[in-house]
Amino acid sequence: MIEQQYIDLFNDYRSEIDANSVAGLNRHREAAFEAFNKSGFPTSKLEDYKHTDVSRVFDGDLGLNLRNIPVPVDPYEAFKCDVPNLNTNVYFLINDRFYTNGRRQGPLPEGVFAGSLQEFSETHPGAFNSCYAKIADYSGNGNGVVAYNTMFAQDGFVIYVPENVILEKPLQLINILRGGVDLNVNRRILIVAEKNAQVKLLVCDHTVDDVQFVVTQVVEVVADRGAQVDFYELEENSEKVKKLNNVYSEQKENSNVTVSGITLHNGFTRNNYRFRLLGEHAEAHIGGLAICDKEQHVDNFAFLDHSVPNCLSNELFKYSLQDSATGVFCGRILVEKDAQKTLAYQNNKNLCVSEEARMFSKPQLEIYADDVKCSHGLTTGQLDEDAMFYLQARGIPKEEARMLLMVAFTQDVVDLIRIDTLRDRLVQLINKRFRGELIRCGNCNVCK
Amino acid sequence: MANLLKIKNLHAIVENKEILKGINLEVNEGEIHAIMGPNGSGKSTLASVLTGNPKYEVTRGSILFKEKELLDMEPADRAREGIFLSFQYPIEIPGVSMVNFMRAALNEQRKYRGEEQISASNFLKLMRDKRELLGIDSQLVSRSVNEGFSGGEKKRNEIFQMAMLDPALAILDETDSGLDIDALRIVAAGVNALHSPEKAAIVITHYQRLLDYIEPDVVHVLYDGRIIKTGGPDLALELEEKGYDWLVNP
Repeated sequence: MIEQQYIDLFNDYRSEIDANSVAGLNRHREAAFEAFNKSGFPTSKLEDYKHTDVSRVFDGDLGLNLRNIPVPVDPYEAFKCDVPNLNTNVYFLINDRFYTNGRRQGPLPEGVFAGSLQEFSETHPGAFNSCYAKIADYSGNGNGVVAYNTMFAQDGFVIYVPENVILEKPLQLINILRGGVDLNVNRRILIVAEKNAQVKLLVCDHTVDDVQFVVTQVVEVVADRGAQVDFYELEENSEKVKKLNNVYSEQKENSNVTVSGITLHNGFTRNNYRFRLLGEHAEAHIGGLAICDKEQHVDNFAFLDHSVPNCLSNELFKYSLQDSATGVFCGRILVEKDAQKTLAYQNNKNLCVSEEARMFSKPQLEIYADDVKCSHGLTTGQLDEDAMFYLQARGIPKEEARMLLMVAFTQDVVDLIRIDTLRDRLVQLINKRFRGELIRCGNCNVCK
Repeated sequence: MANLLKIKNLHAIVENKEILKGINLEVNEGEIHAIMGPNGSGKSTLASVLTGNPKYEVTRGSILFKEKELLDMEPADRAREGIFLSFQYPIEIPGVSMVNFMRAALNEQRKYRGEEQISASNFLKLMRDKRELLGIDSQLVSRSVNEGFSGGEKKRNEIFQMAMLDPALAILDETDSGLDIDALRIVAAGVNALHSPEKAAIVITHYQRLLDYIEPDVVHVLYDGRIIKTGGPDLALELEEKGYDWLVNP
């Protein structure tokens, strides 16, 4: 059993895990451990993991930095990172730890907390306890990765914005993977926006070292009444990174949560999105873009739960697959009995530009209310030959025409992003990605 | 007048069906040729073959453009040599803005001629000048290529692109279809303004109407893959009056 070594590890090192974390996080380990003991890692026998066998990801000799041995890197030096004109505060997680070298960040409005999860649990126990491990459910089949993460997570990043505070400038969090040996990293992110608060967070993933990384990440988003949360993730990891990401969001009335997961470069990625719309007139917008070639694998699983009336959800997932890449999409929309007047839209469009590329897509709509508008669309195909010819007929050579159309294909996902400078930058990055100019990790491509 | 285009015994098939059955046509600099003919006679096929559409296969013959064999060239190279097709059905390309599309096309043509890329300010000026020539709203060029354009806007956009790229040979494939009379006047005025003694145009149309505005030097009747009649501008008038039957079943 693949799980056994992790169960043993947890039992053997329990006191060290606790000693290098804080009570707020330690409190949840036992229950998570029990849940993990029951569920284990999801395997491809589970319908929701049919094309992505998570248990195999853990089948190897992975180290965990449970004693918090410092990783020798100063990201402020290594990453001259700020999206041009974004002019924002930049934070770092090195592997799963919040990093600070004591450098002062630019001032944030009063009451806003941006920093270490450990610190937050002690300075804001009320907010921490009502959110941490509460939004991300680790019980039940299929949630083994979240349970596992909760067992081992020792730190992470928090952005907390109190009532009526609007953070005008987006914040940026940079996740850096560093290690001399194959490593398992378990990272947490918590985003709390109280009533009418607004926050935009951009998270960039980078790999520095050429070893295997297995990353579990759990993101909890809490949007109270009237709050606006933008959460953008940009993955630019090496092919040796396996990322198991779980984004959980709970929304109260009139809130707006916009999430985009952009996989520019990766190894093996599973993104779980679980959104619960709990208050009327809440809106959730989810965008996903995967650009894959070689043997890369991206699996996005999105579960939208409409339990109250008058909410809107909109999903757009696009995949551009070359070589032997694999894309998987499953979009489940649940409209519960009372959720009348729900608007739920889902769209999945895929480009398979090689014969070996594979796309598996499965829309699932479960609707129990009778007065709703729900739709889903799914297309998988090649580049439009007529458009190819049209561009060539204007003097644009075939290869260049192909590039234009591949980049164009990604445009509507990019358009969902509500940070202008990031959108512009992303178009350039996507261009470079298709031209094979990207990913020399060791510096932040967002900023170069 | 120097010869620009020389088509010799051109045969072409699509989906195993022969559409062009031996076309011979010569176009000299400064000339405007009209190609008329009933539906299905091969007019659009000829335009597609000239521009290198991969859906059509040439089985015999040759096409010399400026004394170079076109059939050996990729579609993009034909365009960069100076051939332009105004599409009968312009393609919508979501996600590619008109501005980026035109800049890319223009710079590719300049690169081919060994010229430097156009400066941003010159490009914008050129766009503005040509837009005004065709009466195109500035909103239109900030949108994706043809996306959500009306039929008339698409056709006007084709001539706008022609104005931007300034081709030696323009092929207008039923540019008049779907245009109201005002739009037709604007489009025709644009085409006439772009015409010069070293350029040529082939105008494919069903109707005499367009030829009231763009006066041809030569009129051809294409029928069943061959040119069955060639004449002066009067031929178009005669066709308008009598139809094609008298030529097809003499």
